[in-house]
Order: sequence, then structure tokens, then C-alpha cells
Amino acid sequence: MWSLLLRKLKTGRLTREDGNSLTKQKSLNLPASFRKSLQIRHLDCGSCNGCDWELTALINSIYDLQHFGMDFVASPRHADLLMCTGTGSTQLLNAARETYEAMAKPKWVMAVGDCAIDGGVFKGAYASAGGIGGTLPVDIKVPGCPPSPDDLIKALLGFVGK
Amino acid sequence: MQGLREYLQSYPAIKIVNWEKREGIVDIAFHDLPEILTYCLDLRPRPIWLTHVANDERQLGRGFCLYLVLHFPGKDFSLTLAAKGIKDEFPSLASIFPALNWSEREVQDLFGLRAVGHPDPRPLVLHPGWPQGFHPLCKDYKAKRERKEFKRAPLVFPEAHGDGIFEVPVGPIHAGIIEPGHFRFYTIGEAVLHLEAQLFFTHKGIEKLVEGKSIEEGLRIIERVCGVCTVSHALAYCEAVEKLANMEVSRSVLLWRTILAELERVYNHVGDIGNMCAGVGFALGNANGSQCKEKLQQLNSEFFGHRFLRGMVVPGGFKLMPSPKDSQALLLRLLELSNDFEEWIPILLHHDGFRQRAVKTGVLKAESAIDLGVTGPASRASGIANDWRELHAYLLYPELNVKSIVENDGDVWSRLMVRVRETRESFRFLKSLLRDGIKESVPENQISNSFSLHKIRPWQPAWGCVESPRGTDVVWLMLDEESRIYRCRVRSASYANWPAVPLTVPGNIVPDFPLINKSFELCYSCCDR
Repeated sequence: MWSLLLRKLKTGRLTREDGNSLTKQKSLNLPASFRKSLQIRHLDCGSCNGCDWELTALINSIYDLQHFGMDFVASPRHADLLMCTGTGSTQLLNAARETYEAMAKPKWVMAVGDCAIDGGVFKGAYASAGGIGGTLPVDIKVPGCPPSPDDLIKALLGFVGK
Repeated sequence: MQGLREYLQSYPAIKIVNWEKREGIVDIAFHDLPEILTYCLDLRPRPIWLTHVANDERQLGRGFCLYLVLHFPGKDFSLTLAAKGIKDEFPSLASIFPALNWSEREVQDLFGLRAVGHPDPRPLVLHPGWPQGFHPLCKDYKAKRERKEFKRAPLVFPEAHGDGIFEVPVGPIHAGIIEPGHFRFYTIGEAVLHLEAQLFFTHKGIEKLVEGKSIEEGLRIIERVCGVCTVSHALAYCEAVEKLANMEVSRSVLLWRTILAELERVYNHVGDIGNMCAGVGFALGNANGSQCKEKLQQLNSEFFGHRFLRGMVVPGGFKLMPSPKDSQALLLRLLELSNDFEEWIPILLHHDGFRQRAVKTGVLKAESAIDLGVTGPASRASGIANDWRELHAYLLYPELNVKSIVENDGDVWSRLMVRVRETRESFRFLKSLLRDGIKESVPENQISNSFSLHKIRPWQPAWGCVESPRGTDVVWLMLDEESRIYRCRVRSASYANWPAVPLTVPGNIVPDFPLINKSFELCYSCCDR
């Protein structure tokens, strides 16, 4: 226990403090209650897994998404925002549609990464839809291959208007 | 390998295309495949499979072809058996060598060929719901409309009967930031009786997409087959291209490629160790693992411009070699992180609760691992010393004198320990490689060899093979006469290992599955492609 405490004291605070100073994006006029608390569901629509790992990185102690009042939830029924990664692979689209339908209104969709926006490098493959826009109504796009955790936080803060 | 050569020559239909010290390519008649494979598998040490590729070479008058690449450990010799002239069916090898089970089913789906005598010929890659006769990897398949005609159809699973047996369907969408796959647990009480895994939800058709693309375009796509084994896939692809172009790369290129491969291993292993803690809800372990991974990825981004190290490996070279000053800085940061690793890893290893969950959970037997051709930490945790860095001389690994790190129990704990010990080794390798990097000043003209396209041999098979954090990744490549990709097959480590995961679950309880799954830490994307 003492060694853990010592390590804790030595490490100090890891979470970046500059989150709020990231340049602001235009907000989508969210209802005020969502600005302080946004629940997010991740949906893999056939990504290479790069974007997914960057989403995982958002909850590590360095980016600590929770201190912005946002968190990832386990069920689409608890979610306000669906963060979609991947090109929209054919064999997954039915499940993706159902995930979106399971969400309560109001609900929003974010296309994370080049693949989710327009198919990225996988554009034209026989089992890839070239983005999820054809399946789900996309409200906000975050380009990048993959977008860095900083890009994602910037987009999320912009989205809630913080 | 003289004995093997003499044995092969006893077949009248055989033609030895190429036989060198390290590699051989032999044309055989496809009906001789089972007999030859049985002979090879009886050799000791037993050969391992690298890849199994079907190719539509009807345009070249060779019919459909099957290529099976075997590696003979100890001799560092790899043999490509090329079976040509297949019309619509071929003898299945899955009963002789179960590792080929998935690969043969994939050939049935994507080429429409029939594997005669296959013990489990259900569709694999293409789920039910595609239009009849859809075999996209045949060269005469051009249309792109099938995607729109895909209909919802139930997946096929075996049924279980009996008192108290429940089926628990999970997925394809999981609770958490994970990739999609469907798991069906057959349970009796809390214990799992049987597990069926249905993957290939993220199948995009990458192998068809790269056909007709130039070498550089192909690389961009192959790098993105898997988000976290980018360097391994790029290296394997470049090795295949360099073989076809008879290209030598300079020592400094090899040095930086080795450094990159080890950086990839370290950040993946550290993250995977943290994730295994997440699998049992051990937040402290997970937090330390993910911090360390994040710091390593920030290093990647700082020194190589990309958090996943994309874009650095190019055919014939290395895009941007850091200066000696940068090497020095990188070395210092890595020393810090390796000290940090040694500080937090005991928190996990001495945690009784974690240990109790991990020990004796999800045991993979050595025989199963050998039969299924399992690779990477998953097989080394079951006592099989098959680290490709030790088996085959490539990059600068012979100088580093790599030894496979082996544990014997085959459980979650062993897989954890293999990763912990490999991370230590990789830190050690990185230190010694970077000291080389500091000494070596790189002349400008060596940074990237431009290679001339006319020297590339068309219609020849070549493979590249790299030990990724998850095991051996193999890229098999054939180019046409304009040096465009004719066929490219990616056999990732995850593809080789997935069939083993369901075997380790029966007898455990359902809540142990996330832990077992995370201890393999397989990627869905590079398996599904």
C-alpha cells in the first residue's frame, strides 16, 4: 500500500488540463441538459480498429473524458450520441441500424475517421458501403486516419458547446 | 532439406521451380497434396504453416491454384507447394491439418471451389444473405451491386438439447469499445459447455480491392488491414515486394525497421497487459497499462509522425530516419518508460485477486495449439517455441539473438507472463538498437531506395512474414506484368489464432470469457479483412 501511495504522489496529476482551451467548434444547439452530461455509445461499423483504440485512449488517465462530464455507456438505450467508426461493412449494417433504433430520442450520430465519413482507403470494396452516411443520419464528422484523441475531444467539446 | 527434395522428386507430376538455401517452390498435382502434406507433417521438427492461398489463374491457363507455404523450423527453410490446374474441387486437407480448416472454407466462399471431404463445410467469410453464386475473388467477378442485394438471414449454429442447457447469444455489437463478432455460449449452470464464434462481420473485401492497384497504393491499404499491427503488415508486404524485385536494403533501413517493429510490440503488449486487467475489472492495473501505452504512442507520434506508426515503412526503404540526436532523445524516453514499467508491473503480478482469476483459466493445450497452427504469445504460453524472430533470419534479429519466450501452463496467466517477459526483452532490444542508431549517421541517398519496376518478376508468388505482437503475420503476393497487384493474401496472426479461442472456454464460467478473450487479444479486422 505504501508503495502505491508513493507512486501516486510521484506521478501526480496526469490528466491534461488544456482540454478547455482547445479551439471551439460550432455547436449543434444541443438542449442545455446535454452540455453537462453526454452519454456515448461506440459502434464499430467495420473499422480497422485504429479509431477504436483512439476511442479507448479517451478514457485513459491522460485524456480522462469523464472529467468533461462525458462517458462511454454499455447499451445504446443509455446513449445520447453514437460514435461510429469504420466503412459500414455490409454484413454489419443490419446490426448497426438496430443499434441506432434502440437509442432513445433525442439522439445524434458522429462519424469518426475517414472510413466512416466516405470509406477512406476502403472505398469501392465489394462489402463496404463507403461510409456510414447511407445507413445512419450523420450529424457530425471527425476526419483523420485515425483522428487523434485530441481531435476527438475537440470535436466532442465543440458538439456540446463547451 | 535434401531428403525432402528427394522425396518430392519421386512424384512424376512434380516440377521444382526454385530450390535455394532458405526457400523452395515446387509445382505439384493437386491430388498429391494430401499425401505430400502428411509426409511433411511427419517430419521432425514438425513444420508450421505460414499461409494457404487460392488464386484464380485461369487467364494464365493454370486453372485455379492453391499455394501452401510451410516452414521447417531449425533449418529455416520455407517450402511453397503450388497445386495448379484445379477446376471446381480440390481435396480437403483440414482433417490432416486442422489449421487449414478456416482457410479452406474461405476458399469455398470466395472462389466457389469445393473442398472435398471437409469436416465442417459451412460458409465462413460470407454470411448467409448474399445472392447465389457470389464468389468475389474470381477474376471474372466485376459487378459491385451484390452489396445492395444482401438480405438479412439467420446465422447457422449447431443446436444443443438436454435438461438445463441454455444458449446465450452475445454480439455482434458488444458492450464496450470493442470490435464486432457473434459468440454463442451453450451453458449448463454457470459453466460453458461449448462456444461457437461467428466472425467476419467487418469483412470489407480488401483482398479484392487491392487487385489491380499499384505497389504503393497496395501498401496504403495493407497498412490499414489492422490498426495496431500496421508495421508488421507493412513490413511483411514490403518483404514480399522486395523479394519479387530482387532488392537488397541497406543496414540502416533494416535497423530502423527493426526499431519500429519493436516499438509496435512494446506499445501493444503494454496495452494488452492493461486490457487483461480490464477483463477482470482491476482498474488500477488497467490504468497503469493504458497510461504506459499512451506515453509510448505519444513517442511514436513525436518521433515518427503517427501514433500507430503508419507510413514509415516503404518498399525498399524507410521514409524518414531520425537523426542521431533524435535517437538519443528517443532512447532516454524509452529508458524512463522501461523503468516505469518495472515499477507498475509488480502491482499486477502480486495482486492475489487478479492472480486467482487468471491462473488455470482458459487453458489452451499444447496439442491443440500445434494442430490449429496457433502463433504468437498464445502458442508460446502453451510451451511452443515458435517466435518467428528466432525461427527465421530477417531484419536485425539474428544479431539480437532472439530466443522464444515460453511458458508452459497455457492459461491466461501464462499468456500474461509471456507478454510481460517479451516487453522486457523488447525494451532491451530497443536500447541496443538505438545505441546503434546513435552511432550511425545516415547518408541521404540511403534513406529510400527507389526501385525500378521493370525488374519485378511477374506471375511469381512471394511471401513476407513478420512477428507481430499477436504472432506471425504473413502477406502473400503475386504481381502482373505491369507490376500491379494480381493477388494479395493477408494471413494475420489473429486469423491463425481465432479458431483456438472457442476451445479454451468450455469448463470456464461465462464471466471469464472477456478475460480469456482479452488474454488472446486478437484483432477482428485483420481476421475478417
